[in-house]
Amino acid sequence: MSRHSHRSLMFGAIVPVLLSMTLYGCEKSATTSQDSSGDLVVRIGASAPLTGPQAHLGKDNENGTRMAIDDANAKGMMIGGRKAHFELISEDDQADPKTATIVAQKLVDDKVNGVIGHLNSGTTIPAAKIYSDNGIPQISPSATAVTYTAQGFKTAFRVMANDAQQGHVLGEYAAKNLGAKRIAVIDDRTAYGQGLADQFIKSAEANGAKIVAHEYTNDKAMDFTAVLTAVKSKKPDLLFYGGMDAQGGPMAKQVKALALKLKFMTGDGGYTPEFIKLAGTAAEGAYASLPGVPLDKMPGGKAFADRFVAKYGPIQLYAPYCYDAVNVMIAAMQKAGSADPAKYLPALADITYDGVTAKIQFDEKGDLKGGAITMYQVQHGKWQPLETLGMAKAAN
Amino acid sequence: MSRRSLRGSLRFGLLATLLRGFFLMVSFDKRNQRWIIWALLLAGLLLLPFITDALLGRGWVRIVDFAMLYIMLALGLNIVVGYAGLLDLGYIAFFAVGAYCYALTDSPHLAQAFPIAFPAGVHLPFWFVLPLSALVAGGFGVLLGAPTLRLRGDYLAIVTLGFGEIIRIFLNNLNAPVNLTNGPQGISFIDPITVMGVSLNKTQHFFGIAFPSVHLYFYLFLAFTALVIFVSQRLEKSRIGRAWMAIREDEVAASAMGINTRNLKLLAFAMGAMFGGASGALFAGFQGFVSPESFSLMESIMVLCMVVLGGMGNITGVILGGILLALLPEVLRNIVMPVQQALFGKTLIDPESLRMLLFGSALIGMMLYRPAGLLPSRLRRRELGGDDAAAEESVYDATH
Amino acid sequence: MDIFLQQIINGLVQGSVYALVALGYTMVYGILGLINFAHGEVVMIGAMLALSSLTALLGWGVTPLLALPISIALAMLGCMVLGYGIERIAYRPLRHAPRLAPLITAIGVSIVLQNLAMMIWGRQYHSFPQLIANTPHNIGGAIINNIQIIIFILALAIMAGLMFVVNRTRLGRAMRAVSENQHAAQLMGVDINRVISITFMLGSGLAAIAGVMVSANYGLAHYYMGFILGLKAFTAAVLGGIGNLRGAMLGGLLLGLIESLGAGYIGGLTGGFFGSNYQDVFAFFVLIAVLVFRPSGLLGERLAERA
Repeated sequence: MSRHSHRSLMFGAIVPVLLSMTLYGCEKSATTSQDSSGDLVVRIGASAPLTGPQAHLGKDNENGTRMAIDDANAKGMMIGGRKAHFELISEDDQADPKTATIVAQKLVDDKVNGVIGHLNSGTTIPAAKIYSDNGIPQISPSATAVTYTAQGFKTAFRVMANDAQQGHVLGEYAAKNLGAKRIAVIDDRTAYGQGLADQFIKSAEANGAKIVAHEYTNDKAMDFTAVLTAVKSKKPDLLFYGGMDAQGGPMAKQVKALALKLKFMTGDGGYTPEFIKLAGTAAEGAYASLPGVPLDKMPGGKAFADRFVAKYGPIQLYAPYCYDAVNVMIAAMQKAGSADPAKYLPALADITYDGVTAKIQFDEKGDLKGGAITMYQVQHGKWQPLETLGMAKAAN
Repeated sequence: MSRRSLRGSLRFGLLATLLRGFFLMVSFDKRNQRWIIWALLLAGLLLLPFITDALLGRGWVRIVDFAMLYIMLALGLNIVVGYAGLLDLGYIAFFAVGAYCYALTDSPHLAQAFPIAFPAGVHLPFWFVLPLSALVAGGFGVLLGAPTLRLRGDYLAIVTLGFGEIIRIFLNNLNAPVNLTNGPQGISFIDPITVMGVSLNKTQHFFGIAFPSVHLYFYLFLAFTALVIFVSQRLEKSRIGRAWMAIREDEVAASAMGINTRNLKLLAFAMGAMFGGASGALFAGFQGFVSPESFSLMESIMVLCMVVLGGMGNITGVILGGILLALLPEVLRNIVMPVQQALFGKTLIDPESLRMLLFGSALIGMMLYRPAGLLPSRLRRRELGGDDAAAEESVYDATH
Repeated sequence: MDIFLQQIINGLVQGSVYALVALGYTMVYGILGLINFAHGEVVMIGAMLALSSLTALLGWGVTPLLALPISIALAMLGCMVLGYGIERIAYRPLRHAPRLAPLITAIGVSIVLQNLAMMIWGRQYHSFPQLIANTPHNIGGAIINNIQIIIFILALAIMAGLMFVVNRTRLGRAMRAVSENQHAAQLMGVDINRVISITFMLGSGLAAIAGVMVSANYGLAHYYMGFILGLKAFTAAVLGGIGNLRGAMLGGLLLGLIESLGAGYIGGLTGGFFGSNYQDVFAFFVLIAVLVFRPSGLLGERLAERA
């Protein structure tokens, strides 16, 4: 036998091996929803990008979800008179819409009772259809696109303000409270950044400010000097950035390096320790918004933050929302006395729950009802809350 | 030839046997059992979604559906790269064009931009939109081909890469001044595919058997994959196909033999693009949502990997490459954690990074193991003499 | 006017960054004709290694002035070993394979390095310590700082150094021979494996320097930073004529200028229809236009049509 056919022999072994390994891997999903001790097993699915450029946020989401589940198990929750045991099934959706639908289907196959996810709007929107088709409640901790809950799915919820709610508050705050007259806007052309920036512009213009420049970057860029120089030529008094901390931080730094005299403002994507780390001293004075009430002011918020930091390190961004999302879901299960998706879904729709981020109630679409939004500013190297703008109305 | 392939196929796994047997038997083995193999294969493929569903779960049917889309894409790219030898790093752009064609002509979206002309958006029938998507993508193929006719090798690679990015950037930004593509938000509420009055979006009952949506899409994609394979095979053996290969081997000589290299290269781009466009349309209908982030450079690179890894120019090889690379990440997703737990009793390494790490290593390993692809084309095999000693003689031809 | 001048400076600085990476790219291409897709990841590893050693050294109380060169040297050393390893494992066995085979292994290497880096250094963005005083200098209303000046000068110096090596030394002569014809070079007594290994190590060492400079300039390091840098550098190298050192420098600077002027003025030029969101489209259009008229880049030699 020539070496060539020897090789095809080896190759021929690959496919069956992969298949059998897959079968092996799937065995875990064949278990029933009762474990050996007779406890009720409740599976919570979670999905976020755990690889790729947003992996740091995805992992943060996973940690927040995991902590809520560990807490629930430690407390020994009862659902419908039976002791419940919670399991987390976390999957990487790579921030890719196609992978997200595969993951969604996998979670459905794994018979999850509910899903916390996804992180991005682009993955949450197509995945929502699959959860809805299978009647599985889904709570996104971080998707902000208005479309997500506008698709008319009864199973779609979020514990995060949408772009319209947050952009509205940001625009008003910039024009009224900070008195900005000439505003420049940069967005990163992602669903999040562009959505937020567009709502910000609408609101700022409605409040009498003038948008003197609208420039763009992307979510992988490091150098913003060209667009910032273009902004500089328009002499604005405030710059709003729609995008994440990984760009917002370096951008704030370059704003200072180019000697632009203006106020720097960004959305929840910038409210992170990374932002301050990356911007260095240039972070001082920057503004950011975050849906909900400051953790310190919520009952249990401080305790949550301390325990989280001790266990996983600094909170990146959405971990508290994930924590809330899981707890809201469990509360609905307890209220309905069942972890059966069809049974606890109505309870979830009209729940009232005091989370660590806010008092959570959903409107008929599944959006956060009258979500409060808090403005923060970097002071002495830390994000400090300025004021909570209560009961923000959705812009449309 | 067929004796060796028969011997080889016995050693392959179930899936590979089916596929390899399918093509090699159909094309080369003229013996009487041909129809039996046909029937067995057809039955196997028709049962595949049900078997997969029963054994592995419905998620895997969806994965197989995507694998079919990737096979179609890989076969389309194979025309450009495998047959005509034109390195294309922006192939996903045609997939994107097809997907957006479908999305725009089968969703309420255009009502936003043109409320008077289309108060309810546009909702054209599938059998009209599919060829339209293919044609529009084909047009873009010519658009890409025209300025790049004189370019070779890596210069062509960067221009096609740029083209792919240009298309994506336009899709990402054409929400202003007129909201054509809805920008980064993507287009949602896309109508599902309806074939002869049957919506593929919900479970349908035929002959008392329930066919869930993913199964229905599987059959649709299977039919199109078969069509794409058929067209590829006919092309390969046609005058056009032979002319492409002549261009691939030596453009100057081909031109001296009277081959119109300009038109044929444009045709290769257009044909490849049409396949991409058609599969894009299927993707849009399947997903119900399209956004520019689905069409990143990494996707182009993955499709190219499928073609090269499987065996450029060889249809069976390309199909195998498509299946392997589409399934591998999902297979790894399912085994990385349990295997670690079985071996060490706990999860030592973060499963996600390990998964992609193994995927990258597999790319390297498979390429080192079979440099001409898993199933190289006959021509390539002849060139290499099927033997490593002869391979030494072939000049490293990127330096020319 | 000061705005225009500032855009020129922005472009030159950004361009020098591209050029630094592109020089390493083009070295490898020149000798092997191989698009080393993993080069960007080597740049990233260089930045990460430097970051780790800097953090460690500063932690042990070494003065910043000493810590910086030591960590650059360590990063270079690490990357050279890495470059050697990549060539041995992923490229050498494929030297006689069809020409797309090493492209696929390069992609594989790139995925592996990225995920290894993610395992080692975590998913978060790291801030890169600022060791050189970032004093801004004002030139006619435009601002440039120390590190940016260093990057620009360094890119030029490295180009000059490489040109000296390639054109004036024994090693360079061997490199040129190998790039011209491997078989003939071997017959003339050139140890081609050694020459190729050295080229890879040289290219990877440069990648480390590029990585440190990029991280120092933007003040950050992240496991995903290499991909885009590699892509831009590849574009720059092709624009200038891949395989050509002066071409890489010119291509890098031009690409930087095109991007910054594009971002700054494209809106005004097109009546506001295209904005800075089309910055990359503009860059690629210029690239395509250049290649239509000069199919082998600005300074590339005309390809001999193989008959």
